[in-house]
Amino acid sequence: MADDLLKSVRKVLTFRRRALSPAGHEARSAYLFLLPNLFFFIVFQAIPIAATIGLTFTKYNLFSPPTFNGITNYRKLISDPRFLLTMTNTVIISLMYVGLITIAGLLVAVGVNALVSKMAKSIFRTVYFVPMMASFASVAIVWWFLLNPDFGIVNYYLSQVGLQPVPWTSSSRYAVLSVVFVGVWKNLGFDFVILLAALQQVPKVFIEAAMIDGANAWVRFTRITLPMISSSLLFCITINLIDGLQYFDVPQIMTHGGPGDATRTVVMYLYESGFRFFDMGYASTMAIVLLLLIMLLTLFQFAVARYWVFYEFDNE
Amino acid sequence: MHKLAKTLSQGLILLLLVMGGVVMLAPFWWVLVGSFRSIVATFGSAAPQWWFTSFDLDNYRQVFQKIPIFNYMFNSFRIASIIVVGQLITGSMAGYAFARLRFPGRNQLFSIMLAPMMIPPQVTIIPLFIMMRYLGWIDDPKSLIVPFLASDFGVFLMRQNFKAIPAELEDAARIDGANEFQIFGLIMMPLVKPGLVSFAIFTFMYYWNDYFRPLIFISSQEKMTLPLGLAFLKGYMGLGSDAWLLAAISIAVIPLIIVFLFAQRSFIEGITMTGLKEG
Repeated sequence: MADDLLKSVRKVLTFRRRALSPAGHEARSAYLFLLPNLFFFIVFQAIPIAATIGLTFTKYNLFSPPTFNGITNYRKLISDPRFLLTMTNTVIISLMYVGLITIAGLLVAVGVNALVSKMAKSIFRTVYFVPMMASFASVAIVWWFLLNPDFGIVNYYLSQVGLQPVPWTSSSRYAVLSVVFVGVWKNLGFDFVILLAALQQVPKVFIEAAMIDGANAWVRFTRITLPMISSSLLFCITINLIDGLQYFDVPQIMTHGGPGDATRTVVMYLYESGFRFFDMGYASTMAIVLLLLIMLLTLFQFAVARYWVFYEFDNE
Repeated sequence: MHKLAKTLSQGLILLLLVMGGVVMLAPFWWVLVGSFRSIVATFGSAAPQWWFTSFDLDNYRQVFQKIPIFNYMFNSFRIASIIVVGQLITGSMAGYAFARLRFPGRNQLFSIMLAPMMIPPQVTIIPLFIMMRYLGWIDDPKSLIVPFLASDFGVFLMRQNFKAIPAELEDAARIDGANEFQIFGLIMMPLVKPGLVSFAIFTFMYYWNDYFRPLIFISSQEKMTLPLGLAFLKGYMGLGSDAWLLAAISIAVIPLIIVFLFAQRSFIEGITMTGLKEG
């Protein structure tokens, strides 16, 4: 009986294989090619995401089984002053980070692009990219030395020119600035390199035509160059924003979230709740709220992009 | 007159870029110089030093003796390279299927698999931790490797690369009787080598520098990766001199900068590739 079944199954399979059309054949190889990736995607991406959503409705401390507690975590979250504070910090840090890194990256890219000497161009491209190579952990430690209010170099030079020392890491206001600055300093090379590549693709004839028409440098920049690189700008802003909202390494290592909670981000609070206090349900809720915020801001950006991003050459 | 204005503006741009460049590089130089000096923290009144006054290797000796920095380096290297190999395989296979093969549900599957690109690692980390704990992989490098052997970014990038190859090559091979796997392995893979190199470097750098995941999964010292080890060392600074920390940072950062100087084309192309192709 079982043998018969096996035989007929085998028959169907071999028949199917022989009868496979070229298109069917192609589809079968395609699924084989996708298989390894699909496996990892399902096990380590899709299932964990679903599990995180599930965990938000539970109380779970790793040691006893999770218990369902409805929307208690969400309720707790919106009335948790520490969550609201870390959320505010995260949004402020991200906005400062995105604004500064995009503008700084654009300025350096425009400057380097304007250079005549090819050699100078390639040297600067290298120089501004170097901090990208280092880890946030090393960079945070280096700047922790340099910005130290008591013995840091930065304050030393300020005092040399007759200025008061600045409490870079010990006052709430300056600590936020320092933490943002370190991120901008390290990742500037990313925006710079992408925007430089975009600038180099702007056809020279457009600029020359505008020059003949008597447009000055500012008009040429805002009316021709900027629209021509706007899709790359949007790409940079999107990536920067996602990076900013996940900011963790620098405040964790350089300021420990302090002074007080001044530089504590949502991800730091999530880490603390989940892996210090093992409140997995609550930490998952934070993760989901962070995800919603990222999705919302990204969608908002793409909606606004319709009004300022200019696509002239379609890629396809 | 016009020429003079042009020279002046070039000079001004150059000056500003050099000033910015100093801010980008000076910290690394300061670390390197400091790593060869015995005392750093006591220069409160003295001017910072920008040149080697002594060439004392003691800090390096101390770092190698007192902390398992070789372990850190080896762990980081092993984790990053295994992940690179894994992601190259899974990413190029899937990227090839999405770029060159027709099959039902292709576009839907592509969008689904790419959706996590927007999802930060923090969102999946809690269930991953629970999974790893269940498997007994906590404080084991496997927890930092196995879940990351495939990436949506790799699929995306490799798809872009495969799409750029002209169809004639594939058709010719098919007429000669090559099957999908031969076309993939013998024709397509060699053609996307530059893309593979960029992707490999990019991925290696990302996992070599990763701090968040090792912080969560690893607890014993000898299993730590470089970024985690450095942060750990900073926390225990009372035990040694600050200069040790500078020596450790030099050990962590300088090799990567040297690699970058030699392979910067691939680095920079890898990054611009992500920004331009579907920008």
